[in-house]
Amino acid sequence: MLLIECPYCGERPEPEFVYGGQAHIARPPDPAAVSTQEWADYLYRRDNTRGVHAERWRHAHGCGRFFNALRDTTTDHFLATYRVGEEPPAAAARVRG
Amino acid sequence: MKMAGIELPLESYPLQALVSEPVKPVFPCVVMSNTIHAYISQSDKGELVIGAGTDAYTSYTQRGGLHITSHALEAICELFPMFRRLRMLRNWGGIVDVTPDRSPIIGPTPVPGLYVNCGWGTGGFKATPGSAHVFAWTIARGEPHPINAPFTLERFRDGRLIDEAAAAAVAH
Repeated sequence: MLLIECPYCGERPEPEFVYGGQAHIARPPDPAAVSTQEWADYLYRRDNTRGVHAERWRHAHGCGRFFNALRDTTTDHFLATYRVGEEPPAAAARVRG
Repeated sequence: MKMAGIELPLESYPLQALVSEPVKPVFPCVVMSNTIHAYISQSDKGELVIGAGTDAYTSYTQRGGLHITSHALEAICELFPMFRRLRMLRNWGGIVDVTPDRSPIIGPTPVPGLYVNCGWGTGGFKATPGSAHVFAWTIARGEPHPINAPFTLERFRDGRLIDEAAAAAVAH
């Protein structure tokens, strides 16, 4: 299982978390103002990155907070975790085995 | 598809399975439990083939966590206590392409002559012959077979999702 570093609680095992999908996808502020295709893209279109993927996790069985992570989907190594609202760290921030 | 300008609403998840040591025929069918989520069948070689759902996160590593397989084995042992002492021989993972409603996309794309049959996720293998039949029909006749007609790429835009998890009564 993965060991995930919650920015609030520290490193905890994967079963304490719920995956939150791709990060940094902004909900259109006025849903009525966008086309159906744009709304569908917001709901369903994802990069499915083969490489460094910015994603959300929620520490459901811990502090309960959402946070962001950079994880390489070709190795499952986490490069970094960072709080909501923070900028993603530079790519070489940290590598976890 | 990207080269043709087609975006597919797919994400790639690990799906694990296990096989046991071969035993004499004891299991004449496939059993799938919705409530505790595991499936089991016996191969012609005598191995029990066991699996459940995907790991929780997208990945191309073709492996997942032990807690996922443990959950599947706990479910199997609860359903069939006779398998509790069976030894598992192999465990592996693959990559499954998953759609937002867990149903496949079978049909034409906006590009003439380009057709798509994908998004089978965790449930594709057993549907292979049927999906090939309707896909061939679609390509040959230029219009979908009644069975695959609803499984369009446009259904995600139009809100006509086909909820496979609800139909199968199990989380996907």
